[in-house]
Amino acid sequence: MAVKLEACALGYGYPGRPVGRGLDLSLGAGDVVCVLGPNGGGKTTLFRTLLGLLAPQAGEVLLEGQALAHLPREDVARRIGYVPQGHAVHFAFTVREAVLMGRTAHVGLFAAPGAADRAAAEQAIATLGIENLAGRVVTELSGGERQLAMIARALAQGARTLVLDEPTASLDFGNQVRVLREIRRLAADGYAVVFSTHDPGQAFLAASRVLLLAHGGALRQGAPQEVITPQNLHEVYGVEVRVAAVDGARVCLPAL
Amino acid sequence: MTRRWRAFAFALAALALILLTALAFAVGRFPIAPGELAALAANKFLGAGIAVAPNVETVVLQVRAPRILAALLVGAALAAAGTAYQGMFRNPLVSPDILGVSAGAALGAVLGIFFSQNVWVIQLGAFAGGLAAVGIVYAVGAHVRRQDPVLSLILAGIVIGTLLGAFIALLKYLADPYNQLPAITYWLLGSLAEVAPRDLALAAPFALAGLVPLYLLRWRMNLLSLTDDEARALGVAVGRLRLAVVCAATLMTAAAVAISGIIGWVGLLIPHAARMLVGPEFSRLLPLAMLLGAAFLLAVDTIARTIAPIEVPPGVLTALIGTPFFLWLFASARRAWQ
Repeated sequence: MAVKLEACALGYGYPGRPVGRGLDLSLGAGDVVCVLGPNGGGKTTLFRTLLGLLAPQAGEVLLEGQALAHLPREDVARRIGYVPQGHAVHFAFTVREAVLMGRTAHVGLFAAPGAADRAAAEQAIATLGIENLAGRVVTELSGGERQLAMIARALAQGARTLVLDEPTASLDFGNQVRVLREIRRLAADGYAVVFSTHDPGQAFLAASRVLLLAHGGALRQGAPQEVITPQNLHEVYGVEVRVAAVDGARVCLPAL
Repeated sequence: MTRRWRAFAFALAALALILLTALAFAVGRFPIAPGELAALAANKFLGAGIAVAPNVETVVLQVRAPRILAALLVGAALAAAGTAYQGMFRNPLVSPDILGVSAGAALGAVLGIFFSQNVWVIQLGAFAGGLAAVGIVYAVGAHVRRQDPVLSLILAGIVIGTLLGAFIALLKYLADPYNQLPAITYWLLGSLAEVAPRDLALAAPFALAGLVPLYLLRWRMNLLSLTDDEARALGVAVGRLRLAVVCAATLMTAAAVAISGIIGWVGLLIPHAARMLVGPEFSRLLPLAMLLGAAFLLAVDTIARTIAPIEVPPGVLTALIGTPFFLWLFASARRAWQ
């Protein structure tokens, strides 16, 4: 299994304000890593570092075996796709136009997308099964529909590694399930996926590995059933949680 | 918005522009019959050699042509710059003077008037002042770190613009109230009444130099409406792209302001109207906004010189038209700018 994304002894944060350090992470095709942590625990900072939007404070990030810091921005965009948190939209682009923006790294500086780019965008739309949304305007979509459109944009980039920052935040229950289902389907197709969430139960549903962050850096990493334990969750969130099994599936039950 | 509707919107705007241009040549204190206009056009473009009264030829070619061309140029340039800035600042309430280009140009021109320089120097002062103001704003904005770069640019623009406004107020206070102050006021209100062919020759290359990068980057401009992180993750060198767009839009605005003085509202209103017609996609939006901007300012200027025995400043007319349009947008069509 080829390693897609790798972090070696990574320190991340801002100059004079380190957020985490000593993080080792290796992500191969078909892997889904779920990143859990409290508010302000550095999930977004870590993601920005993995995407090369923020320079590492220590260590390095390797993308398909090459140092991220030395790759041109366009090369990075062709290999790793980003679905940002709580996508703010300012202008009424259609879903098709928004997905087409994913092709930027394949389009020359002064050019407009060509037939091949349009085909790739349509393909991405079809992969997520949102053909019915293609002509709709992004500002008029529901949160869940918009999230699917943004995932389609990341696929249109041609990237095989996807970073999704809280993709289920502020979605209703049905849309949360739909997004998790897409994540699993993409992993089955050979994508490497990292996503963050506030619901530890989602790690049992969709992830092959969990990275549990607390203030100050990586706390635990491993298979969901090893990492998501009442003790660890208490350390990170400061509340009592029971982990129970229902028909073989694990769930987290907070004690009020 | 279907393809057919967009084509229709373009055709309509182009037709309106052509009809307005013909009308602007015909009306005025010295009305010119459509037949005479047609004969003159046939002479000029086809070498037809039809006899036309010399005073008709003078009015059309020497008096109206420069003014009409100036209205088209200034309208198109302000609309293009406004479209670029609104996309770049992800904010449809932005106008081309957001980064202080108008304030800088005004100060440059007012200084020229104050020191009793000739028209040439006044225009050059306006142009240089506009560029310098935006340069300062950009430098200040770029040095404010740990802030959203777009927000720091806008805040720097407001602060520097206010400072320049204070200098202008001081110069107005000190100016000779009988010949300098009216000239300053006239310039600050904006006018196309005294445009000479030489002004056009001066401004057109700069406006064109600003338009070329905007046209070349027309598709990539769409990416600036995303957050910086998103655009960079998609492979865009956001900082460089933004700098290129600021330079291009500023050149266009400064060129426009140097010939017409400060004419407000065009760069704010027209991009809105165009976006309502064809959507936010920049490569469609830019040409339509330019067509509409040219048509709008030509219509306003034609009204300005024909509605009353004295000329009405076009800036006053654009405000009279712009304010209700904007209030209507606020009240009813919230979606148009999302």
